[in-house]
Amino acid sequence: MEHAGFRPVLLGLIVLLPLAGFVINGAVALLAPARKRIVTWAGPGVLALAFALALVNFFGMLGVELEQAIVRDYWSWMPVGNLEVAAALQLDQLSMLMTLIVTGVSFVIHVYSVGYMGDDPGYARYFAYLNLFVFFMLVLVLGANFPVMFVGWEGVGLCSYLLIGFWFRDREKADAGKKAFIVNRIGDLGFMVAMLLLFTNLGSLDFEEVFRAAPATLAYGGALVTTITLFLFLGATGKSAQIPLYIWLPDAMAGPTPVSALIHAATMVTAGVYMVARTGVLFALAPVSMIVVAGIGALTALFAATIGLAQYDIKKVLAYSTVSQLGYMFLAVGVGAFGTGMFHLMTHAFFKALLFRGSGAVIHAVHGAFHHTHKEWDPQDMRNMGGLRHYLPLTWIVMWIGTLAISGVWPFAGFFSKDEIIWQAAARAVGPFAPWFTAFWAMAIAAAVLTAFYMTRLMIMTFHGEIRCGAAECTHLHEVPAVMSLPLVVLAGLSTVGGWVNMPHAIAELPVLGWLPSAEWIHAWLEPAVRPAEAILGPRLGALNEAAPLGGGEAFWAAVAFALAVVVIGVGSSVVLRWKYRPALESLEPVGLKKVLYRKWYVDEAYETLIVRPVVATSRALWRLVDEALIDNVLVNGAGYTSRAFGWAGSRLQTGQLNTYAFAVVLGALILLGFMLL
Amino acid sequence: MLTRSLVLSAILFGLGVAGVVVRRNAIILFMCIELMLNAVNLAFVALSRAAGIEGQIFVFFVMTVAAAEAAVGLAIIISIFRHAETVDMKNFNLLRW
Amino acid sequence: MQALLDAIGYSTWVVHFLVFFPTAGMLLVLLGAENRAKHVAFWIALLEFVVSVPLWFSFNTASGSFQFAGQADWIPAWGVHYAVGIDGIGLLLVLLTTFLAPLTILGSFRYIDRREKAFYAMMLLLQTGILGVFVALDLFLFFVFWEVMLVPMYFIIGVWGGERRIYAAIKFFLYTALGSLLMLVAILYLFFKYRALTGNVSFGYFELLQVPLTFREQFWLFAAFALAFAIKVPVFPFHTWLPDAHVEAPTPGSVVLAAVLLKLGAFGFLRFLLPFFPQAATDSRIVLLLLVLGLIGIIYAAWVAAVQPDAKKLVAYTSVAHMGFVVLGIFALTQQGVQGAMLVMLSHGASTGALFLLVGMLYERRHTRLSGDFGGLGAVMPAFATIFMITALTSIGLPGTSGFVGEFLSLLGTFQTHPWVAMLGATGVIFAAYYMLPMVQRIWFNEIDRPENRELPDLSRRELAVLVPLVVIMLWMGVYPKPFLERSEVTVAELLERVEARRISTPSLLATFAAPPAGAAERAGD
Repeated sequence: MEHAGFRPVLLGLIVLLPLAGFVINGAVALLAPARKRIVTWAGPGVLALAFALALVNFFGMLGVELEQAIVRDYWSWMPVGNLEVAAALQLDQLSMLMTLIVTGVSFVIHVYSVGYMGDDPGYARYFAYLNLFVFFMLVLVLGANFPVMFVGWEGVGLCSYLLIGFWFRDREKADAGKKAFIVNRIGDLGFMVAMLLLFTNLGSLDFEEVFRAAPATLAYGGALVTTITLFLFLGATGKSAQIPLYIWLPDAMAGPTPVSALIHAATMVTAGVYMVARTGVLFALAPVSMIVVAGIGALTALFAATIGLAQYDIKKVLAYSTVSQLGYMFLAVGVGAFGTGMFHLMTHAFFKALLFRGSGAVIHAVHGAFHHTHKEWDPQDMRNMGGLRHYLPLTWIVMWIGTLAISGVWPFAGFFSKDEIIWQAAARAVGPFAPWFTAFWAMAIAAAVLTAFYMTRLMIMTFHGEIRCGAAECTHLHEVPAVMSLPLVVLAGLSTVGGWVNMPHAIAELPVLGWLPSAEWIHAWLEPAVRPAEAILGPRLGALNEAAPLGGGEAFWAAVAFALAVVVIGVGSSVVLRWKYRPALESLEPVGLKKVLYRKWYVDEAYETLIVRPVVATSRALWRLVDEALIDNVLVNGAGYTSRAFGWAGSRLQTGQLNTYAFAVVLGALILLGFMLL
Repeated sequence: MLTRSLVLSAILFGLGVAGVVVRRNAIILFMCIELMLNAVNLAFVALSRAAGIEGQIFVFFVMTVAAAEAAVGLAIIISIFRHAETVDMKNFNLLRW
Repeated sequence: MQALLDAIGYSTWVVHFLVFFPTAGMLLVLLGAENRAKHVAFWIALLEFVVSVPLWFSFNTASGSFQFAGQADWIPAWGVHYAVGIDGIGLLLVLLTTFLAPLTILGSFRYIDRREKAFYAMMLLLQTGILGVFVALDLFLFFVFWEVMLVPMYFIIGVWGGERRIYAAIKFFLYTALGSLLMLVAILYLFFKYRALTGNVSFGYFELLQVPLTFREQFWLFAAFALAFAIKVPVFPFHTWLPDAHVEAPTPGSVVLAAVLLKLGAFGFLRFLLPFFPQAATDSRIVLLLLVLGLIGIIYAAWVAAVQPDAKKLVAYTSVAHMGFVVLGIFALTQQGVQGAMLVMLSHGASTGALFLLVGMLYERRHTRLSGDFGGLGAVMPAFATIFMITALTSIGLPGTSGFVGEFLSLLGTFQTHPWVAMLGATGVIFAAYYMLPMVQRIWFNEIDRPENRELPDLSRRELAVLVPLVVIMLWMGVYPKPFLERSEVTVAELLERVEARRISTPSLLATFAAPPAGAAERAGD
């Protein structure tokens, strides 16, 4: 198990550092909330150290052919009978990549938060939660068995709950947090049941053990492995906001914007994708589950993109965009391209964190301006913005970089990852389920077009055209301070070059597009980690398609997608510029299809009517009718009433007059006498 | 002789019972109870000739109990009278329920 | 440490001390001054806990038999003994009891403001009763302690309770008495059967364990015992005494009721039902019935809890839901299930006890328990909110807290024998969030819309001293439950083996009497 060439350096400390940060900041929050200096250093500081440690480990791993995960057992957690669960961490290429993303992006966002949350009275509490989140996220990605992963899995849900409801005095925000937690718990149920099934059938919950035993024990395509993986996927839909459990994520935007960037875009919501990649062996054994994963992914990508078209709240657009992009990742892992899914996870972490923080900068500025003039307008509504590029030039530029990246424009990061997903859906459309994959491929292309459009709409509405926020307010619009802009620039850089690490060979060989360095590095890096799954999938898939359904190879379709994105952005810009928007308060409700999209296909309303209200009504009925009326009044008190009724009847005989009693005694004596005589 | 004694005892007992059932005055109730006790005493004495000396011993017990009862009972009646200025038992139904 | 304990003969007197010291303390409280009563009671309970701590270390985890045992004749004519001993299951519950007692008493300093002497005397008497039940190895003795425990609880609810205290106290008493009477009948049946078969009289646990029973007999005796214990647990539909008793009882009463008294039922399942009536207890129909009742408890109680406006009543219903997991785990009849049930019990003792204390502390501040009367308190009392949050999360079984370990293990154990029941039981994790989070939100989040909530004081030092140990234990059991698991492991394993062995063939009494009963030999050796 231990590899000669590589020993992880202080693996446990990577996880413990954020926990220490949580303890320090938590103590400050409770004991001396005004001591912000400590927090400013402790909060991002522990993350800097953790990121540095992750880098040290990463470079240590780089030159080494690590064939198996390195597992570190710390203590025996739940030893019961034949169950043996250790508190153990494992490091392999997959968790290494995730650890880098998590600590890296977290560090940048912690720094950004110093500026964004600087004036908030809950500063220390905020950093305590944020640190706790990173701790749980690292437990999630580094856990060496299902229960430890589940600790992180639920822990990040808890932190998400706390951070969405960070401004808990606002009922709406507290509600959003609660909704996130409960919806996530539905997913967690799936995870839990999957663990029960795995242990009962494989006798272990360690990743190593399970993945080694699974191919031999679980029949390929059998009902059992399909059930297990579908339950796991239920867990993933909860955490990663896929249909049908995506509804919490848009509401989660109630949290502070850096939180949206970190938790609800870059890290936590990708946990589901990571989990599917991690359990790739199981999914590879269950082709039906793979179809479901890919199908839900493609459907969500398209569905969420349609909703993103009609939202006015800048963060809501980004939220639905996140849901949509997560759909892409599931499409990737669903077709069996685990590395591709992880690649998109990484680039998405860069450009979506950038977009969210860009939007945070916009909201920060607009909110400040409205605050200054006491204007009661919504600082997140894009109808109240427009033309901001004159006031926020830096934000404007980096946001465009993010937009180009997410839309898949060469050479930005999203181009490489997204086009690879689309290509993989086409290439892997072989075997009995080929028509399905072809359909998913088409949906993915449609979603890509929509993505380019809604992002263009967002940019134009926010930064271009006429200024709608009011003349008096404009003077108060300020670009963000350095502590916030620096992280933006860093992320903009990553969003630009982040995709180059994994350029497909087909593109690298092209004359114009291919001069960039590095090819398929991520695939090479992740190869040992996904090999067991590939070993199951590969022979069954056989040769992959050389051409997409409509003909043309990978490079051709990459060019097509690039062209599509550019055309959509170009045409979209001029179209949206021509639409006349009015400030939110003066605008009319959208009508027709636009209204349906604006209302998010009425899904929330449907859930409310079909699930939430019936459950609450049933609960009330159970309480009032079953518990109080039936059990308590009819049965329990009924027994009491019955005995009391007998008592009452008997008490009528008691007059309290001595004579009556004496008479009764005599009567009784006479009756007894009579019996004796007879 | 025995028969006559027992008949007398029964008559006395019956009178006592009738008094307890019919009368309301506490003193009279009390006297009726004494009457019943003494009717039993009479039966004991009468039977002791045939059945042995135990009957006569029992009579002493009964008389002792009756004396004790008289002491307690009269004390109760007096305290009732002090409380309600009457010893008519129809005014007292505290034992009800 | 161990040498010191041996020198003072710790293992010979500790159990007797634990059982009777509170009674002696009760006399001390009664003889002392009214205003000193609470301090005296607190120190007595603390001393009791200190004395009980070495149990944890000197308990031999490799043995499943009864340790620290002692025996004396009590009523020889009926074969009644004073026989006590502690096994792995009893150990954890005894320690839970002694651990919670000083905290409970400390937590009631402000809540109990009249007839203090009587109150603390009752609390101590209650402790004697509870500990007696956990250690008794004689069915007569067990029954006596079972009833002793009932009386102080009755008075605690009836005298120091809320508005409907009399109703609640009588309901509690009648419910429990009904069950225990049937249990008494069953005990007597065993006694007479034993006498008829051997000519000797005995109420001893090990002796009566040898009584061979036909399936029919086992069924009826099982039913009588099970009813007594099911009422105590409580298992749906025998649970309705619990919300009333909890809501009306004073805070310390609720804490003891939830944290310890409910465990007596589950303890009875393990100590009596399974070993005495193995065929009935493993009969698939009976097991399924109990599992389904446990399952209904989990889901039904969670739903009912979710719509309670009264925070205390909500917590009371969550007890029913938690104990549903215990029933599930026990009747899964697997190692993970039973040990999971044990852990749920301990975790529930800490978390629900803490929740009752917390709601009580809120009540002391605002004299209301309706969660709607609060709101936004998170900003007013941050430390209070933090501890409340941790406790609530433990209660809903967040991984990393004790709640998760217990629930997970009991579900895991159940899944191996009854997958569907476990799967439905697992939905409890959703409904736990469904009842707990809205309550948390109503009290701690939202706008502070009532002026009287604006100036509430945060936790005092005394309150912190009560709550912090509970929080520590919740996290300890969540992160490193191994010490707890290993102390009950062998006992549970042997219990399950015995059930399994006797299920197949009920031993003939005459055959077993040729050789002395296994348990008796071990007991003599200790």
